[in-house]
Amino acid sequence: MATNAPDYALEHATASAVLRPQPTATEAVVRFIRTKPLGAAGAFIILTMLFVAAFATALAPYDPYAADYAAQFARPSAEHWFGTDEFGRDLLSRIMYGARIALFVGFTASFAGCTIGALLGVISAYWGGRLDLILERVMDVLLAFPQLILALAIASILGPAVQNVVIAISIPIIPRAARVVRSTALSVKENVYVEAVQALGASRPRIVLQHIVPNVAAPYIIIVTAQLGGAILAEAALSYLGLGAAEPTPSWGLMLSGSAPSYAEKAPWIAIFPGIAISLGVFGFNLFGDSLRDALDPKLRRG
Amino acid sequence: MRTYILKRLLLIIPTLLGAACLVFMIMRVIPGDVALLILGGDQGQIDQKQLVAMRKQLGLDQPLLVQFGTWLWGVLRFDFGKSLWTGQPVVEELLIRLPLSLELALLATLVSVAISIPLGMLAAIRQDTWVDYVIRVVSIGGLAVPSFWVGILCILLLVIFFGWGPPLEFTPPWVNPWANFQMMVWPVLTVGYRYAAVTTRMTRSTLLEVLREDYIRTAWAKGLRERAVVVRHALKNSMLPVITLIGTEFAFLIGGLVVTETVFTLNGVGRFVVDAVAHRDYPVVQALVFLTAFSFVIVNLLVDLTYAWFDPRIRYR
Repeated sequence: MATNAPDYALEHATASAVLRPQPTATEAVVRFIRTKPLGAAGAFIILTMLFVAAFATALAPYDPYAADYAAQFARPSAEHWFGTDEFGRDLLSRIMYGARIALFVGFTASFAGCTIGALLGVISAYWGGRLDLILERVMDVLLAFPQLILALAIASILGPAVQNVVIAISIPIIPRAARVVRSTALSVKENVYVEAVQALGASRPRIVLQHIVPNVAAPYIIIVTAQLGGAILAEAALSYLGLGAAEPTPSWGLMLSGSAPSYAEKAPWIAIFPGIAISLGVFGFNLFGDSLRDALDPKLRRG
Repeated sequence: MRTYILKRLLLIIPTLLGAACLVFMIMRVIPGDVALLILGGDQGQIDQKQLVAMRKQLGLDQPLLVQFGTWLWGVLRFDFGKSLWTGQPVVEELLIRLPLSLELALLATLVSVAISIPLGMLAAIRQDTWVDYVIRVVSIGGLAVPSFWVGILCILLLVIFFGWGPPLEFTPPWVNPWANFQMMVWPVLTVGYRYAAVTTRMTRSTLLEVLREDYIRTAWAKGLRERAVVVRHALKNSMLPVITLIGTEFAFLIGGLVVTETVFTLNGVGRFVVDAVAHRDYPVVQALVFLTAFSFVIVNLLVDLTYAWFDPRIRYR
């Protein structure tokens, strides 16, 4: 027993050297920053945005809805970092609260659209036959509409409200997600292990949920992050066109619409800061999404 | 080639039929009564007689299937009814606005191709150097910046620094090229920049793939100069996916026109959509949404045919 102990320790040391220990969380983060600097920058922007949105109540110096006619069109200063708008509302506070709407619409629309799309894609691929044919044609029809035009039409029917914007943005995402997931599911379906569980007598829902769905997770995550930036951008565009959240909601797109450009000479900051917020947010999601795609799927490596 | 063209032509019929069906459904079946919405009935009291008259005018008193038949028959004859706002036939209103949007779309495409192909090439042949990083960051940035904001910034800069705003009245280029140029240059750059961002990324990645092919190594081994290898051998073969992308990006372009024309108050088709939505002019919305889908399907068809023309292997699939 006593003589065996050193042997065992030696063996253990060799094994762990060969297998390389699991990196700790800090090591993983450092590695990510070093190998994917652009992705890390994106993640940093996203985390900042999440932080600001979560603690907007504590962070915002003013009430985003409170009009202060004494401070109309105030220049950016120590009291109002980003200045104020035509009602004297503090722009910094409004942008901080705006992050909530952008993130809410972005995440819900992208998740809803991609999840429905992915489910349809998996079903289409696994069942095949006539169902696949019909679903594919329906997706073709949806893909024939430019994303923003379809969202515009749906939003115009549903009326301006945040939850309607989510629906309007998520529907055009469905066929795009379905297409990507379907093609992966088609190749997963051909694997021998699927045949094996079929031979074991597993039911169809079980095969789909237990054996196919986990294997299409990578393209699903990729497309969710890829659509996030686009969804935030679409929300801004719809709000700008007056089809998104209604006044006085502090939505970034809405802050740029209507009167903002007409005060160009007097108060250019009204038109500048919300635009920076949108661009920076979408930029962060795009950078992160790109790196994630590289990491998860080397075959798809693009740009 | 002839059978391929025929096959592709037949394939677009169900798609267009489906699109017509979907547009009809969005406008008639989804919540509420269109007649009620037009009369503003969702906000207050409404005269019952007026409502019945409006329903009759819109043909909403007919059975659904008859309504769909009427709409489809109209689509086939390119007759989309009259605008509720102006009372003019939709097609006439559209034709007035089409030249501006076509000019904007074509020029923006030209600008974007002129920017994106050289930049994408440069990024690919200098992969992982600072040149590549700058081009990638700029092009990812181009995708992130909303085009309406770029438009607003353009106007801001022009007004603040030059005290000058773009002219408001559209002059066709054949009447007064200079006035036309003054009006179109900023919208074209705004749309073209975003479009270029997408194409640059695509050019870079496809060129990178091609540059790893065996025949490129052979070209290097033969002692060809870089210019010959990249331009004559690699670029030619990497252009096919880029052509497809230029086609699919056309959809982006239409979406881009909607906001850009609104920012620059250009009286084009995109602005027409926004105005129609604001006025609840449903026949116009219906027609324009269908027509964007129609033009998108046609552009895709043309792209596919070009593809088949360049790459004979596709025809035999």
